[in-house]
Amino acid sequence: MERAVSLDSSLGTGARSIPSGRRLWRFHGGVHVPDEKSLSNAEPVTSAPLPKRLIIPLQQHIGAQARPLVRIGERVLKGQMIAEPNGYISAPVHASSSGILVAIEPHPVAHASGLSALCALIETDGEDAWAELPEPLVHYAQLDPTLVRERIRWAGVVGMGGASFPTSVKLNPGTDRQIQTLVINGAECEPYITCDDRLMRERAAHVLEGVRVMDHLLGVSQVLIGIEDNKPEAIESMRDALAETDMPGYTEIVPIPTLYPSGGEKQLIRILTGREVPSSGIPAHIGIVCQNVGTAAAVADAVLEGRPLISRIITLTGRAIAAPQNLDARVGTPAGELIAHCGGYRESARRLICGGPMMGFELRHPQAPITKATNCLLALTRAESPDPGPTLACIRCGRCAEACPAKLLPQQMYWYARAKDLDRIQDYHLFDCIECGCCAQVCPSRIPLVQYYRYAKTEIWAREQERRKADQARARHEAKRVRLERQEQERQARLRRQKAALDAKPADGKAGKQALIEAARRRAAAKKAAAGRSGAQSADRP
Amino acid sequence: MKSAIVSSPHLAPVNRVDRIMLQVLLALVPGVLAMTWYFGWGLLINIALAATFAVLAEAGVMLARGRSPFAAIGDLSALVTAVLFAISVPPTLPWWLTLLGMLFAIVLVKQLYGGMGYNPFNPAMAAYVFLLVSYPVAMTTWLAPGVLAEHGLSFMESLGLILQGTLPPGLDWDAVTAATPLDEMRGKLDEGWSIEEIRQSPLWGQFGGRGWEWIAGWFLLGGLYLLWRRIITWHIPVAMLLGLLICAGVAWTLDPSRHPLPTFHLFSGAAILGAFFIATDPVTACTTKKGQLIFGAGIGAIVFVIRAWGGYPDAVAFAVLLMNIAAPTIDYYTQPRAFGHGGGRQAR
Repeated sequence: MERAVSLDSSLGTGARSIPSGRRLWRFHGGVHVPDEKSLSNAEPVTSAPLPKRLIIPLQQHIGAQARPLVRIGERVLKGQMIAEPNGYISAPVHASSSGILVAIEPHPVAHASGLSALCALIETDGEDAWAELPEPLVHYAQLDPTLVRERIRWAGVVGMGGASFPTSVKLNPGTDRQIQTLVINGAECEPYITCDDRLMRERAAHVLEGVRVMDHLLGVSQVLIGIEDNKPEAIESMRDALAETDMPGYTEIVPIPTLYPSGGEKQLIRILTGREVPSSGIPAHIGIVCQNVGTAAAVADAVLEGRPLISRIITLTGRAIAAPQNLDARVGTPAGELIAHCGGYRESARRLICGGPMMGFELRHPQAPITKATNCLLALTRAESPDPGPTLACIRCGRCAEACPAKLLPQQMYWYARAKDLDRIQDYHLFDCIECGCCAQVCPSRIPLVQYYRYAKTEIWAREQERRKADQARARHEAKRVRLERQEQERQARLRRQKAALDAKPADGKAGKQALIEAARRRAAAKKAAAGRSGAQSADRP
Repeated sequence: MKSAIVSSPHLAPVNRVDRIMLQVLLALVPGVLAMTWYFGWGLLINIALAATFAVLAEAGVMLARGRSPFAAIGDLSALVTAVLFAISVPPTLPWWLTLLGMLFAIVLVKQLYGGMGYNPFNPAMAAYVFLLVSYPVAMTTWLAPGVLAEHGLSFMESLGLILQGTLPPGLDWDAVTAATPLDEMRGKLDEGWSIEEIRQSPLWGQFGGRGWEWIAGWFLLGGLYLLWRRIITWHIPVAMLLGLLICAGVAWTLDPSRHPLPTFHLFSGAAILGAFFIATDPVTACTTKKGQLIFGAGIGAIVFVIRAWGGYPDAVAFAVLLMNIAAPTIDYYTQPRAFGHGGGRQAR
């Protein structure tokens, strides 16, 4: 699979390929799915209206939930931090408009589980009044990188490609790791989604500003910006913007063949550099950091304008939506309001999906708010997302293995997941599965393979946790046993010492003892004698 | 939206089992037509009988298991088994042997192991071997190819032969039957003939058996169609044919008087049919690419060994079954290197 493809003979939508001198690599597998980008990529991004009520989840990132900073009933301003990070891997949350904080309570959120999570509810006052913002760090290049990272952390920037990992952490690989390459992910390989496309078309210069900041923090020798070749306008726009900067010497806009999932972090790194992120490792292990274009724009907002991350571009699309488009929406806006703003449903939606059709999850509560990571709300019609129908038996045809970008054997993992053979399934590298859905997409038996892998992973995590708990209990028990043993030994030792002390005292030996015995005997004899005398005396009496 | 939570992906799946099976059936058409051309109506009658028996057997088992028979029949896998079986057996096979074969294939080999997807052995080949071992005479009585037969059987005559076992009046078996080329070669070699002498037989064609070479050619066409439609990949067919060619080539180089040209092996018997349609049965074959190469090459080598030194003239069925047994083990030892697990351009 070491074969390189030149873009002139690119696969996929070859007609639109844009030549590039750079050598590209292939990743194994992948699927061609109709990209459906044209539904929503024609119109410029517009601002979504200010909702009456904002529902801002305190957990919008990987890591610890943010700790609330405001009291209920308090007035908050736009951009005010309402919850602070709780630990290193965490991110703050800001109010995305001004208003009264009416509650901090569990509310349904956009999560695959469909469960509720703690949210700050803000009744907006319509003034949209800004809080006092920190100074823009225009001359960041002269500043200590720690200060700049601190600013990014303050702004609550997280990965906006979907994983929502705190960006400041990712931009701090440590002094022992030299990062050579910064990969910027503009691939946007999921069908339907066009928010990154629109961002690159409309705000290319801003994205590049953010890239420049990240470059400064990492000190890399090259920046590669990968964009799938089904977005020629975005490529054009980014190239034009790049030419205006001082970055072309070390930065390249690289069109890549359209093939899902080329926007997966590991896949994109492979395509652009030919290198594989080691299993259970991170890109930094091979000197690479990967950031999404949306994240770059958010970094530029934070550093150059002092603005926290309180809104994002989100694609509302799918054939069930009356007017598919991209909206600049405040974090915390209920999904239903955005759909209503797009004219509501044209026909009843078979499914409302948060994210793309390949990896997104069904949104069970239309009033769940969008978060920093929500890139798409997808309303699919019955024709677009038909009922899968009954699942048939696996015929081991191997199409899944051919499509798997992680080069796994999905059908084998499926057998072991079904058999709950959690050890064997790890032999087949379950945890290298990125859940991209290629296998299930090509399965002729309509087996929901990804669901089986998620199940197996969850079971293994649960088992690990059980084991950890059991290990802890065992360790505690063991510690207790050792302690009791030690105490017992100490007690024994003490007794022995006392005894030894006793034994040691009559050092004058047996003679002393004999003397004592002799004395006692004398005392007893004397007593007897005395008694005899008194008896005699009484007998003498009449 | 009250449906159960469905996991991603959410789009319509692109492949379907029944469509795959239908493609296989379609790809068999040219070969079946060619075979009918050379061997008469018997083949088509056998296909019809086998298909009926297979579907009835499948439906019966599904009903006995308390499931809807339509889903099982709808995947068309029983039909593929039936057609492959009918192609493999002589076109004169008595109907009750076809019934026996289909019951064996569908009930014992397929359904008793759990049905579609769970059977370790190729049902059509298992049934073929079962009948070959149990009824060797009936299973090796082949008609002479049309070009050589003194009398071609009409449709009604074929039907009578299959259903009642009676030849048309005035004909005896010698008039309608002939040894298959592989059979002929085997017998003559055992009698001490050299390949040069055997080749003079009218049963030999340009490079394979007369008639057979063309049938193999049409099956090859169907196989290429399957490759083109990506129903199968090249690994198993190419490995199997190469395995056979290399073994046969080495033997021919060493002793051309006792071994025919390698192409004869390719275009006689069931080599081509087996390579593209039988060994590629996904359920019973290897699934890893490296495994498929070993699996295919193993079949090719075993076919040659049995043809050259074994007790049966052709060996595709035996070879496939033998490698079926080995498939899970081969799969286990040929796992591909997963992404990020060394090799390739790695961390320096």
